[in-house]
Amino acid sequence: MQFKQILNFKKNTSSLILGVFLLLTAVAGHAQEAIGEAETAEVAHQEEAFNPADAIIEHISDSHSWHLWGHTSLALPVILYTDKGLETFSSGKFGHGEEAYTGKYYTYKLEKNKVKVVDEGGNVNEEASKKLLDFSFTKNVASLWLSIIIILVIFLSVASSYKKRVGKAPKGLQSFIEPIIVFIRDEIAKPNIGYKYQRYMPLLLTFFFFILINNLLGLVPLFPGGANVTGNIAVTFVLATITLLVTNFSANRYYWKHIFLPGTPKWLYPIMWPVEIIGIFSKPIALMIRLFANITAGHIIVLALISIIFVFKSVAVAPAPVLFVVFMDVIELLVALLQAYIFTLLSALFIGSAIEEHHH
Amino acid sequence: MELVTPDLGFVVWTTVAFVILLVILRIFAWKPILGAIAERERSIEDALSKAELAKEEMAKLTSENEQLLKQARNERDQILKEAKALKDQIVSEAKVSAQTEGNKLIEKAKLEINSQKVAALDDIKNQVSALSLEIAEKILRKQFEDPAKQQALVNDLLNEVKLN
Repeated sequence: MQFKQILNFKKNTSSLILGVFLLLTAVAGHAQEAIGEAETAEVAHQEEAFNPADAIIEHISDSHSWHLWGHTSLALPVILYTDKGLETFSSGKFGHGEEAYTGKYYTYKLEKNKVKVVDEGGNVNEEASKKLLDFSFTKNVASLWLSIIIILVIFLSVASSYKKRVGKAPKGLQSFIEPIIVFIRDEIAKPNIGYKYQRYMPLLLTFFFFILINNLLGLVPLFPGGANVTGNIAVTFVLATITLLVTNFSANRYYWKHIFLPGTPKWLYPIMWPVEIIGIFSKPIALMIRLFANITAGHIIVLALISIIFVFKSVAVAPAPVLFVVFMDVIELLVALLQAYIFTLLSALFIGSAIEEHHH
Repeated sequence: MELVTPDLGFVVWTTVAFVILLVILRIFAWKPILGAIAERERSIEDALSKAELAKEEMAKLTSENEQLLKQARNERDQILKEAKALKDQIVSEAKVSAQTEGNKLIEKAKLEINSQKVAALDDIKNQVSALSLEIAEKILRKQFEDPAKQQALVNDLLNEVKLN
């Protein structure tokens, strides 16, 4: 009994330390961002009044450059697939987003952070712009690859320590990761998928850690964090599509029978089929929207609170929003973990329901 | 609206990145990690069940040993008892045989003594009779050296016969 208490105490202490550490990083980060924004706001003030809605949308949207500090930004490569061929150039060519750049085939200009084709007069050519496929290495793409490098570094090192310490107790990072992996296996995969769980473990683990690391990176306001990757609908769309494909490709005949020959009277089939087919897609769509909305909403709230300072144009009001921001960041830490867990859990649940054996 | 419209470029980038991540992790991370965890769990399970088995074996051995010991003790007691009985029997048998042998010898001796005594008495008798005859002869010879005496005796004897 006493031993148990000691264990709990130890657990609590380590999580407390982690929490305090993350809190401090968050506070420091937001302070930094506030300073950066203050400068931009000053510049903006000279031109026009501060518009919090635009500022927030700009922060949670993708960008062709990565804002580092003050007026310094990292120019990222622009990769365009036009109807005439591939075109690559640095986004630095756009200046601070105001200048037009003439490439091999067209002249391009940034409009609301989107690359558009413009004619000589500087007017947007909507028709040509529609044909433009933008595969640019944007801020989100850069952050995505960064998160992948972080994940690979973590898990390849953990895997190597498993190879080095065969049959021994886990140590260091390995002992931090192992309970999470065992949790996903025993609490998410096994109860929801059943005895075939091993096939889906790699996908579920990758989902969980990919979402978690990206959520946490998104909470760090400084470079190299701050990109809104898991709060971007494209990312959640891809993840949900993978769940959709895996669910339907591993589905057994009971799943399809339930969709096309449900236990309702036959004359109801014309009504049931559309409902069931919508059901196939509504589940992953719910997944997509849940993750996107949760993460984006968190970012919007934090940015809105920070914007209060600029709306009032006073440092005196700053303590109150900063306090709320800290509070929100702590909640966002929970949400980051929770959303990773929920996405993984629901994916497991959908896969499990598609491969479930029915014994009639 | 722009916020909720998936951008094609980013969709492609995410798909490529995620698939690469999934493949690399699946081969180089999840397989060894999950394998090692499962292996460790199995070995722990094995070790526990083996320990349990060893404990059972131990208990069995101990009880077996005890049984063996008990059996050995019983056997020893029995052997001792048997040996004692045998010894007693042998001793008593020996006693009985010795007694009878002794008795037989005594009987034999007695018979011998008797026969010897009879023989000796016979011998003495013979010798006494021989001696007596000799003495009698000698006396008679002495007495009948005189023929007158002989005549007198014959006359006596004849007289006696006539009377009859």
